[in-house]
Amino acid sequence: MLSAYLTMAALLFCIGLYGALAKRSTIIVLLSIELMLGAVNLNLVAFAKYGAAPALTGQIFALFTIAVAAAEVAVGIALAIALFRARGASRADEYNEMRR
Amino acid sequence: MTTIYSQFAWLIPLLPLVAFLIITALGRSARAGALLIGLVGHLMALMLAVLIFLEQLGPGQRDFRQQLTWLRIGDLPLTIGIEVTHLTALMLLVVAIVSVLVNLYALGYMRSDPRISVFFGYLALFSFAMLGLVLSDNLLTLYIFWELVGVCSFLLIGFWFTKPAARAAAYKAFIVTRVGDIGLLLAILLLYWHMPEHALDFNSIQNVFQSGQGTAVMESGTVTLIALLLFAGAAGKSGQFPLHVWLPDAMEGPTPISALIHAATMVAAGVFLLARTYDLLLASPEAMLVIACVGAFTALFAATIALVQRDIKRVLAYSTISQLGYMMMALGLGAMGAAMFHLVTHAFFKALLFLGAGSVIQAVRTQDIHQMGGLGPRMKLTAWTFGIGALALAGLPPLSGFWSKDAILAAALHEQPALFAVGLAAALLTALYMARLFFLVFGGKRSEPGPVFESPGVMTGPMVALAGLSLLAGLIELPWSGAGRLSLWLTGSEAAHHGTALVMIVTTAIGALGIYLGWLIYGKGVVNRTALSERVPWLVRWVERGYDVDAAYRVLLVIPLQAAGRGLQRGPEALIGETVRRFGSAALWAGRLGTRLQSGQVQAYGLLAALGLLLLLVAVMGRGWW
Repeated sequence: MLSAYLTMAALLFCIGLYGALAKRSTIIVLLSIELMLGAVNLNLVAFAKYGAAPALTGQIFALFTIAVAAAEVAVGIALAIALFRARGASRADEYNEMRR
Repeated sequence: MTTIYSQFAWLIPLLPLVAFLIITALGRSARAGALLIGLVGHLMALMLAVLIFLEQLGPGQRDFRQQLTWLRIGDLPLTIGIEVTHLTALMLLVVAIVSVLVNLYALGYMRSDPRISVFFGYLALFSFAMLGLVLSDNLLTLYIFWELVGVCSFLLIGFWFTKPAARAAAYKAFIVTRVGDIGLLLAILLLYWHMPEHALDFNSIQNVFQSGQGTAVMESGTVTLIALLLFAGAAGKSGQFPLHVWLPDAMEGPTPISALIHAATMVAAGVFLLARTYDLLLASPEAMLVIACVGAFTALFAATIALVQRDIKRVLAYSTISQLGYMMMALGLGAMGAAMFHLVTHAFFKALLFLGAGSVIQAVRTQDIHQMGGLGPRMKLTAWTFGIGALALAGLPPLSGFWSKDAILAAALHEQPALFAVGLAAALLTALYMARLFFLVFGGKRSEPGPVFESPGVMTGPMVALAGLSLLAGLIELPWSGAGRLSLWLTGSEAAHHGTALVMIVTTAIGALGIYLGWLIYGKGVVNRTALSERVPWLVRWVERGYDVDAAYRVLLVIPLQAAGRGLQRGPEALIGETVRRFGSAALWAGRLGTRLQSGQVQAYGLLAALGLLLLLVAVMGRGWW
């Protein structure tokens, strides 16, 4: 039973990773990060239910992660909008300030 | 035995060192201050040297030693120490006297030089090194000071470094003496290897060889080798053939330097070194013979060159080489007392001659003796003092040079009659070239126009003082006064041979003959002075070039070495250079690749991080598999 959840989570994580690294649109990148977080949450809950030592801690952790992720998305969207306003661009590969 | 002043002997080298440091700290603008400090430092050193000398004159053995540990290598301590013996006290006195007088003289001679304070700083540094060399109680510290006087010599020869000739002469002096110094270093290493308990101090060397253990602790071949290597060092410093070539060129330096370093003190350091390690030399008759022969040859060889030089200072330089040859010959003949005696008298009269030459050069602004002439009536004091120095060098009684040369020749007659003949021939030439110099410079008529003035008192004063010393220094050892007082005092044993009436008469006659000949040729003009150079011009020119020793060095050493250097540059250097260049360009390419990675794209960084993680995971997993 556990392996099915884990496979699902791994698939989700890989799709999210691909999106975060390869997509040009900032919004899609943010969505992909959410996807990866979702995969992690799925793992946490799966281990909490079917792991070697089942405990409620995992599910509580998942709740925390969702709350933090919501806050992170708020900040991320705000940053993306601010950048779009300042630079007139929403594509991730146009942001190369780290080079300078 | 109480030694009151000798306990403070360590102050003697330190006083000039302090003077040097203060002068250097004051900088170039403080002219009067620098001169005053240099003079005061040297005067204090002189006073102390006089007190120590007088103390050492007292009855009995009053040697004084003081050591402090410098380094500890394993359980072997290296020490710095001073040793006051009769020999070092005498040498200290000579060095201190000449230093002070030359300092005074330089006040006048260098007065218009913009870098006069630098000059006085170097002078003080040299005095520190030379006095330290004299006081050193072991070979290691002596070697350090030995190199330090070499550096000072280099700095002062090249003092007028805007002149290319002065620069070249400074390099030459440094490099040629370095050849000898390698010998000295090897000798020290060999002694370190073979001496009991690795002792390098002169006292231990003396004890080992005086008690006859020398052959017990090392083979006689080793002793000979060490003695010859020591002599190589001494030959480099003291300008013995074939390492004499730097000394005539060193005359590019200011004249006070020629008087102090290249006539009186530093060039005598070689003789002093051999006198200091004399018991070792005595253990090797072969080395003694070599030293005597090289010394005698140098004495005659340099005297012939001095006969045809045109530059007043080069005549005196070759004369110095010749007289140092006398000292070496005396050392090789076992007459250490006579050698030191000649060292002392020579220091005085040769310094005097150089100071006189400087006075003349300043008056007529040339060094070519053929452009001088007729200076006697206009520069009376210089002429008189120079004359005294010349007579002392020529060895006429009762001047100092007579007694010391007589002591050496008496020893030669007793030990090696062949060397006595060589010494006598050199003495004749000495008298001849000094007469030539004196009559060409001071006699005859003034050929060049322009007024000539006597030098100021600050320059003639030291000359008069040195003239007095040249007159009287012979009295420290008369042939009949208690039979060799100086030798007895220096070595603790009677001199082996005393001047006989025969030697005295012969040397006096030879000296007088040389001067008379010189007067006939260059003074009165009875003999045509150009007869020889018209008859065999190539011979005269050959001798004037110093028998082409320089050219021989050029052909035998310089050109092959340069060719070898160029060959090395083309072959291995090209290979190594190419390898190094390849490495350099590889690093450059790696760098460029690195900068390309830094694109500033977050996603690229993320991708790389993910790949890295993957690599790490694979590595960790893979380790489990294997």
